[in-house]
Amino acid sequence: MSALVETIKKISKDGIWNNNVVLGQNLALCPLLAVTGTATNGLGMGLATLVVLVCSNAVVSLNRHIISAEVRIPIFVLLIATLVTLVDMSMNAWMHEMHKVLGLFIPLIVTNCAILGRAESYASRQPIHYSIWDGAMMGLGFTLVLVVLGAAREITSAGTLFANATLLLGDSFAFLELHLIPDYQGFLLMALPPGGFIMLGFIIAAKRIVDRKMAVKHAVLAPVV
Amino acid sequence: MSKLAELKSRVSYQGLLLGGFALLASGLLGLADYNTRDDIKLRMEEDLRASLTQVIPQALYDNNLLADTTYVDATGENLGSDQTLVYLARKQGKISAVSFRLVAPDGYSGAINLIMGIDKEGNVLGVRVLAHAETPGLGDKIEENKSNWILSFNKRSLDNMTKKQWAVKKDGGEFDQFSGATITPRAIVHAVYRGLEFFKRHQVELLAS
Repeated sequence: MSALVETIKKISKDGIWNNNVVLGQNLALCPLLAVTGTATNGLGMGLATLVVLVCSNAVVSLNRHIISAEVRIPIFVLLIATLVTLVDMSMNAWMHEMHKVLGLFIPLIVTNCAILGRAESYASRQPIHYSIWDGAMMGLGFTLVLVVLGAAREITSAGTLFANATLLLGDSFAFLELHLIPDYQGFLLMALPPGGFIMLGFIIAAKRIVDRKMAVKHAVLAPVV
Repeated sequence: MSKLAELKSRVSYQGLLLGGFALLASGLLGLADYNTRDDIKLRMEEDLRASLTQVIPQALYDNNLLADTTYVDATGENLGSDQTLVYLARKQGKISAVSFRLVAPDGYSGAINLIMGIDKEGNVLGVRVLAHAETPGLGDKIEENKSNWILSFNKRSLDNMTKKQWAVKKDGGEFDQFSGATITPRAIVHAVYRGLEFFKRHQVELLAS
């Protein structure tokens, strides 16, 4: 297998599982806990973050040779803030219906330290095609965690799943909106930030368990190979 | 490459680099603002027209609401501006209802922009949220497409409810709060109350215009 394919595979694995923004790096907890009250909100925030992450990785990677180590952080912050504002303005003008739904989340992306983290630890050292792919995979991993966490909190707090998904995705996605537990009284704690921390703890624990099981499996297999 | 490395170590390079990127960023933002300003304004107008038809039933007017407006002095009314633009709904020339924007400055995450419609007797025809930054999943139930809470203002007035009833249930009033979010609905209830008071003070003057 060529080196290119190997690297792309490694980036994908790192982004989605091994070095996942939330589960692996424990970054981006501020926007994460703020919006994951429902699965729909998680999805919206995840997609918006993914777009910004891909763009910021591309821009940082393009300029990586001229940016000096001493002033790189303010430049990254400036670039990310500019990108977020550009996305916000152009969406407001040309994708207005979508902006009405996602508009709430876009300013929150600036607070996402994972974007700065990727610029610093990956895009500022790697060629542009790898950086773009890294942004996409990290964004995808982040989106997945947001949706899973949002779904878990939504089910436990309100008994629904993907409520208001049609506002984000259009009427053809009405089938996603489920009311799983009829006559559920609701468990408010899960909708509030503490519930987010608690649920996140469970999800991180689950990932650790899976990782350990896989490590054991590999260890058993190793002598055979 | 080595020449670049030598350049990078100079102090002036850092300043120039930072300045260059700041210039680039402000240029891009300026350009984007210039290109999107008109479109955003248009979209906002469309939204406003849509909101107006939501807070004033179509049957009540036959004029162009966006064109038939008047400014009313609202100094000290805490509506968000000193001059409130009032949209006048007329049926065969006679005022049947009014609508205006107002601001609830005390939302959980900043100001909440509202629009409300009031019929000529002072009853609420409808209230809608135009813009807000409340917590997604909690405070955003004030939006009409997420919850029908905002409809609970319909038909209310200063006459059919006492001042004490114009509050959320937690404060001894008539309006529901959301589980986990009291500040948001409280801010809106108070703002709507101020809006009705504003209308009452200017009722004669508005109906005569």
